[in-house]
This record gives sequence, structure tokens and C-alpha cells, in this order.
Amino acid sequence: MNSDHSPGMTIIVKTVTRLTAWLILLYGIHIILHGHVSVGGGFAGGVIVALSFIHLMLAYGKEMVFKRISKRRISVWATVGALMFLAIALAGWTDGYFFRNFLPPEQPFHLFSAGTIPLGDIAISLVVWAGLFAVFVALVMLRPDGEDKNEP
Amino acid sequence: MLALYILLTFMIIGAVVAVQVKDVLSSVIALGAVGLGLCLVFLILKAPDVAITQLVVEILSLIILIRATLKRDLPHVPSGGWWIPTAAGIGFAAILLLVAVRCFPDLPVFGEPKLRVAQHYLNSGLEETGATNLVASVILDYRAFDTLGEVTVLFAVVVAVLVIARPVGRKKLDQVEEEFDE
Repeated sequence: MNSDHSPGMTIIVKTVTRLTAWLILLYGIHIILHGHVSVGGGFAGGVIVALSFIHLMLAYGKEMVFKRISKRRISVWATVGALMFLAIALAGWTDGYFFRNFLPPEQPFHLFSAGTIPLGDIAISLVVWAGLFAVFVALVMLRPDGEDKNEP
Repeated sequence: MLALYILLTFMIIGAVVAVQVKDVLSSVIALGAVGLGLCLVFLILKAPDVAITQLVVEILSLIILIRATLKRDLPHVPSGGWWIPTAAGIGFAAILLLVAVRCFPDLPVFGEPKLRVAQHYLNSGLEETGATNLVASVILDYRAFDTLGEVTVLFAVVVAVLVIARPVGRKKLDQVEEEFDE
């Protein structure tokens, strides 16, 4: 796995990445899910999740990540996030008007509180994650000269 | 306030270094130092949400800048004289200072905004939305239309990137010309 001709960086970087990438991913998910309780939110958490995948991609090379996340899956996640946010907005009509927070506020400081705000955080994080990861892939990993040999 | 001025001076020095240094990598890293200083300024001004967003976006843009600039050949072409840009810069700085001298006395005092909407959010945001993070209650409840616009922009970015970078649908130049002739 770590022979000289494998893509990516050295074995030191790969080992550290293997130990830290999932921690970064979990921290991003924590920031997303607690966006209505403490600092953070959908945007910052989505960027952190994208950074964990970029971390893997820089250390192991793009083939390893593209094997798991194809461009089709990136577009699917972005579409799901955008449609979910629009659905939350439209569901406000059931209780009055556009973007009405129709769920009950519940207890403050709890994970399931604040009505539709956590759902909106999750939707935004999906769009932000997919969008920034796609921008990174397009700007850095795809070469403009001719055909990409490693397309998924 | 002293820490704020120290950080602002540090950011100005970092920006000047980023402009003046010859090496591209050093310039990008000096730009990252400016972003870190901005993050600390947001923390001192008690805006942790903005600080965390600034930090993660700065990291992402730094990675993109390093990976995108180091592999590319960037020819530096000095053209024209040096005194026209210098004179233009000094002129714009003078105009900005003149406008600032006129405008800054009319700004509201720091911490006492003239808009009373924000005070309503601070007073009754917790009861109305149930979110203890008032920033989340503003961007996802009171001002959710703005967030819908942001989501639309990012979705358009994803669509554009995937259209440009797609592997299928690309045609060779002669095929396009054949269709053009028909």
C-alpha cells in the first residue's frame, strides 16, 4: 500500500491522515448538528466536512477518494440538500407562510429543539460540502490539458 | 482594544508582505496570516460564528491557492512604468481618506446600532425560535430568505462545475466541424 510508486504523499503523511481524517469529519458533523445550540452551523460544518475529504485526497491521491465518492454522488448530495432546504421553506405554508418555523420550539439547549433550524443546518451543510468539494476538485485535481485519465 | 490594534497592525504588515514578496508560496502564506489575524479580530469582537467560518474558509482557500499556484507556471511580466500605478494608488488612498474624514463622525458609536431590529432579535429570539445560538435563529428563521439565496448560489456553482468538468459529452474538434457542415 505504501510502496514508492503509490500516489499521494509519504508514509508519514498517510499515517497521520488515517488517524485524523475521521476526527475532522466527526467534528464537522458535530458543528452541523449543534448549530442551533452553540457556535457553528451548516456553513462552517459543511466546510469542515469538505476539508476532511480534501485531507484524504491530498494525502492519498485522487483515485482513492474518487473510488468512494464519484462526481455523480457529489451532484446527488448537492441536489438533495438544495431540495431539502426548499422543502423546509415550502412546508411553512402548512402553518401560515413561507419559511414559517412550523415545528414547536421545545426545550432550549437540547439537540432536538428550535423547530426547523437544525433541519435547515443539515440541508445547508449538504450543499456547502458538495459545492466546495466540487470546486476543489475542479480547480486543483482536474488538469486542463486534454482528457483526464482518472475520471470516475 | 490594544490587542485589536496590535492585530490590525499585524494584518497590515502581512498584507504588505504578501504584495511585495517575490516568491508565490511566501505570498500565499502571508495571505493566510492575514486571514488568521482577521479570525482573531472576530473573536475579540465577540463574534465566534464569524470567526469559525472565517477560519475554515481561510484554510480551504489557502489549500486551493497553494495547490493551484505552485504547479502552474506563472510568468511575471513587468510592463510599463512604475509611476502610473504608484500615483493611482496614492490618489485613491487620498480620496478614501478624504471621504473617511467626512463620513466617520456620522457613524453610530460602536455597540450602539441605529437599527432597532437587532434588539428585538436579542430580546425575544430565544422564546420565538427556541435556538440558543441567535446567529442560527437569524440566518435560518428570521432571515431565511437570504440563506435560500446562498443555497441557490452554491447549487449553481455545483451545477456549473460538474457541467464544465464532465467526462461525457465532450466532442473532438473534427466531430464538431462535421456537424457544423451538415
